[in-house]
Amino acid sequence: MLELASTDGHVASDTARAQSPLAVRGMTVSYGEKPAVFSVDMTVKAGSMTAIIGPNGAGKSTLLKACLGIVKPLSGQVEVMGRPLAEMRAKIAYVPQRASVDWDFPTRVIDVVLMGLYREVGLLGRLRGAHIDRARACLDRVGMVAFADRQIGQLSGGQQQRVFLARALAQEADLYLLDEPFAGVDAATEKAIIAVLKSLKAEGKTVVAVHHDLATVGDYFDHVFMINVRRIAEGPVATAFTAETLQEAYGGRLAAAQVDQISAALA
Amino acid sequence: MGAEFVPLSLPPILIGTFAAIACALPGNFLLLRRQALIGDAISHVVLPGIVAAFLVTGTISTGPMLIGAMVAAVLTVILIELVRRLGNIEPGAAMGVVFTAMFAGGVLLLELSDTSSVHLDVQHALYGNLESLIWLDATGWGSLLDAQALRYLPVELPRIAITLVAVALFMAVLWRPLKISTFDEGFARTLGLPTGLIGLSLVTVAALAAVAAFDAVGSIIVIAMFICPPAAARMMTNRLERQVAWSVLFATLSAVLGYVLAGYGPLWLGGQDAVSAAGMIATVSGVILGIAALYGPCRSRTGAPEGA
Repeated sequence: MLELASTDGHVASDTARAQSPLAVRGMTVSYGEKPAVFSVDMTVKAGSMTAIIGPNGAGKSTLLKACLGIVKPLSGQVEVMGRPLAEMRAKIAYVPQRASVDWDFPTRVIDVVLMGLYREVGLLGRLRGAHIDRARACLDRVGMVAFADRQIGQLSGGQQQRVFLARALAQEADLYLLDEPFAGVDAATEKAIIAVLKSLKAEGKTVVAVHHDLATVGDYFDHVFMINVRRIAEGPVATAFTAETLQEAYGGRLAAAQVDQISAALA
Repeated sequence: MGAEFVPLSLPPILIGTFAAIACALPGNFLLLRRQALIGDAISHVVLPGIVAAFLVTGTISTGPMLIGAMVAAVLTVILIELVRRLGNIEPGAAMGVVFTAMFAGGVLLLELSDTSSVHLDVQHALYGNLESLIWLDATGWGSLLDAQALRYLPVELPRIAITLVAVALFMAVLWRPLKISTFDEGFARTLGLPTGLIGLSLVTVAALAAVAAFDAVGSIIVIAMFICPPAAARMMTNRLERQVAWSVLFATLSAVLGYVLAGYGPLWLGGQDAVSAAGMIATVSGVILGIAALYGPCRSRTGAPEGA
């Protein structure tokens, strides 16, 4: 078996890559002269809940968007279950950052969730009762079914985030990619979202989320991908999320006391 | 009554209405994409297009003029997208840069070339010539079934009608991709939708509507109809489907009411002459927008842009 050894000694075999729900090789993305993501390899473990963490401007969201084909990388390949991304879009659901859309858009909560069914319904296919029922079931799962007919501008930040999660659920994917799902949401929403994500994992789905709250990494996730433009560490929380890797990724930006606190919480 | 109405008023009212709806339909999406100014941009680049068409063909017949305008409009749309994406600047600024440059180029082109023999009437460009689009062969409602008379309908009527059908078809077929990519472009891309192409086809269809409407009714109506009916409609409802329906209603109301008020309003007020129908149609659409802003049920929304 050919082993691909990368810079920090991390090893991903071809079989591991082929079975991975999301494998990235040699990904470099740049918006200007400086690369936002540089030569990153990532192999997400099937059935895992993986947090992408790193300091501000480390390229977390950019990496996620490049995996989805939303931004074009300068170089690199994305494989989903060993196949090119373009063939596997139906297997992937995406929850963008809440602030990335205009919530004044004239549409209802249920309509947003129905957008998740686009690939099934198609250009001119008729929306049937069964589709509506499924969309409502997804809203129910995030505790938002009572808001189905509300205009989306009337929702709080946490409610908006839950609607986006419901839309991803409607996609009935195998791989869920979320961009900062807990940013600026209330405690009740955070609990509701993590409960849904854990139930997805229980169903055998894979969840990858850009995450910025280091204190909850150990509670919410079982795997970590740590990035600061380059890959810092990758693997189970116990081995990849350590004082050393944190120091490497965050440098002086993370006080030693914070690192100790996190280590203590993990121990 | 039909004996006077059908030849003199029916064609301009229909042409005005079709032009208004053809612009208002894509206007709904342009407004939500913060690209409503594109109507303004397109009506400015019609000038260089027409001048260039004259220089190439040497004639002032309508066909080459329209093709020249269309080419210029599509070129502008592509340039705006290029400036926006390569320069990474907001759409309003990109439009401003491109259409003023194209318009200025058109003026220079006009002055440098020997086009003095050509009558390019600025007033015509602004107000159009709605009142002159009459159907002299009609004798009454019966003429609508008379093949002989129908052959002499003003050519603008079938032209704008076909444009309207094309615009409506485009909107109907691409409704879902347009809606999804307007609301959440990133998500649309993860579905595999070609968002760049969708955006480009929307502005191209808008350009088609603008050029066809410009030919028949002038640029004032074009600019007003891209913005006023959709903006007023947005304040009537919180659902895109209903917003589009309201915008069609407002566009129709503006065209019909505007035409009638322009023709008879001054007489009712004791004046002598009729006023410009194009000007009145645009004014009515502005008044509708004002009323919707004051009394529309969805005018104040949480999360609405500041001052909206």
